[in-house]
Amino acid sequence: MPAPLLDVQGLETQFKTPEGVIHAVNGVSFTMAESETLGVVGESGCGKSVTMLSMLRLIPMPPGKVVAGKAFFRGQDLLAMPAEEIRQVRGAQIAMVFQDPMTSLNPVITIGKQMEEPLALHMGMNKQEAKDRSVELLEMVGIPNAKDRLGDYPHQFSGGMRQRVMIAMALSCNPQILIADEPTTALDVTIQAQITDLVKRLRDELGMGIIWITHDLGVIAGLAQRVIVMYGGFIIEEAEVKDLYAHPTHPYTVGLLGSLPRLDAKQDEKLFSIDGFPPVLYNTPTACPFAPRCKWVKDICWKKNPLLEEVSPNHRVACWVDIKTGSARK
Amino acid sequence: MSNKKDVILEVKDLKMHFPIYRGVVQRQVGAVHAVDGISFDIRRGETLGLVGESGCGKSTTGRTILQLYKATSGSVMYNDTDLISLRKEEMRKMRRHMQMIFQDPYASLNPRMTINDIIGEPLLIHNVARGAEISKKVAELLELVRLNPAFASRYPHEFSGGQRQRIGVARALALNPELIICDEPISALDVSIQAQIVNLLEELQKKLNLTYLFIAHDLSMVRHISDRVAVMYLGVIVEIANKNELYESPLHPYTQALLSAVPIPDPNKEKRKRIILEGDVPSPVNPPSGCRFRTRCALAAPICAEKRPEFREVKPDHFVACHMVK
Repeated sequence: MPAPLLDVQGLETQFKTPEGVIHAVNGVSFTMAESETLGVVGESGCGKSVTMLSMLRLIPMPPGKVVAGKAFFRGQDLLAMPAEEIRQVRGAQIAMVFQDPMTSLNPVITIGKQMEEPLALHMGMNKQEAKDRSVELLEMVGIPNAKDRLGDYPHQFSGGMRQRVMIAMALSCNPQILIADEPTTALDVTIQAQITDLVKRLRDELGMGIIWITHDLGVIAGLAQRVIVMYGGFIIEEAEVKDLYAHPTHPYTVGLLGSLPRLDAKQDEKLFSIDGFPPVLYNTPTACPFAPRCKWVKDICWKKNPLLEEVSPNHRVACWVDIKTGSARK
Repeated sequence: MSNKKDVILEVKDLKMHFPIYRGVVQRQVGAVHAVDGISFDIRRGETLGLVGESGCGKSTTGRTILQLYKATSGSVMYNDTDLISLRKEEMRKMRRHMQMIFQDPYASLNPRMTINDIIGEPLLIHNVARGAEISKKVAELLELVRLNPAFASRYPHEFSGGQRQRIGVARALALNPELIICDEPISALDVSIQAQIVNLLEELQKKLNLTYLFIAHDLSMVRHISDRVAVMYLGVIVEIANKNELYESPLHPYTQALLSAVPIPDPNKEKRKRIILEGDVPSPVNPPSGCRFRTRCALAAPICAEKRPEFREVKPDHFVACHMVK
């Protein structure tokens, strides 16, 4: 079996705040194969973005600190390599697209300049080459009159167009992994459909791996091959996309899917809602983080945090309870 | 239900244009046509969903109904009173019958007021209660929205987003209103909390016989909560129908595209063919002539540029504004 493209092991990240230490990521491990699309799902504060930022060493330190873990990219540990080397990886081999395209583009620099910068830096292109490549990239993501628009500033583009520019920039150095952090959350549904369509087309053309972070289980259903569900800084479930939607096994995943009204069904019954609130992560969790909101909760759930274990082929869950029988797992 | 007597609010040809001023003398050079001639009614006890993308004028519609903006023209009849013709003082008295729940539970609660003061303020202003009575009423309201009445002395920052939205709901209910305009009440909340608030709103509607105008961009949630749904595009309503009718057989090309863009949390269904709209929404400062949607419409014909399509009833209780619909 070939080595995975990305292999993250036991990643832990904490933030020091005046109120105490926040345990944002608590031992996250996952792998990703070449050209795979991995969905990462969870609510705000579950640690999904922090996991990716920690891996790329983009966490501001202090107050943040990656306290443990390894992240192998093509066999090299991103967390252990010198700062100079990780800079060669970031933006070139692993690129990122952020949620809000307005705040992640510099408002006082033209789109052309911002696009040419990584090309000059990572690919060693001269000015003319970088310019030609920028036009090519903008055309690839479907921006009309790309040549004339290089001199425009970010505010002259609409939200959807800005996100296309961000994607073009991220793809400029032919990355092997594209990390998309809620790239469509700030956009309207029709524009969201345009962007997901574009990403699918580019993935098929260019063959890069994608990590798509979102809170929207709908978007992921049509995009990912495998999905990771996070809660309270832990991975609580991981499965092939079809398996996850057909057989959600962690009570949180079950609740999350149940609380979504579906467009394709007549709905007159009450929505399934998860009681209570997402956890506050001030303490090292010793119990299952979902226990206070779980309707299947057992004694053991308050005593020990369950490990992520395989329950069926390629389907891993961190839960003490078998929700089919309602009793504790053997 | 379509009995005329049941109508609680009737909006007719409502327009809200925001002027744009330029230059030293601040001459008006144009206007944002935020709401440009819409008509609909809301029936007693129902939930009318109002959907559309950002900038289509759905929030402006809600605010103009409550006279938070001075409408450019049109009428808003609430139980036989035209709200637009009311004087300020008269309108203030009317407001106790119609309240609003806002989108951002962080921005819509004053951080320096306790929960008791926030929920009690409408009671005080409308002279409904005073002193200890207020605290009693606030405690009742908190219980109604499933918050611990002991929280009344706390400040907004001590609550999570979902709890704050419950406080916003309690404040809206304080004066026993008939009509509540919910302006994207759940879009700032996490998925698992959204369902809690929606269930609460539905429960309160049954208990207190409320009427909702539910403004949102989340089409699946709107299908869940509404009885009828209105779809807006660039300042006009393009289609209104009973929810199952609208979602199962949408007639307007925009409604069709909008519905096909919504992702469904099911990998097998996500393989379906999408209608992908080209381009972006045009500017409301200078909207297209004739039909607003024609610049992005696959069916557009010459007549669409010449004449604004009439908003007509094509099936019982199913209204649509499109030249191409038979």
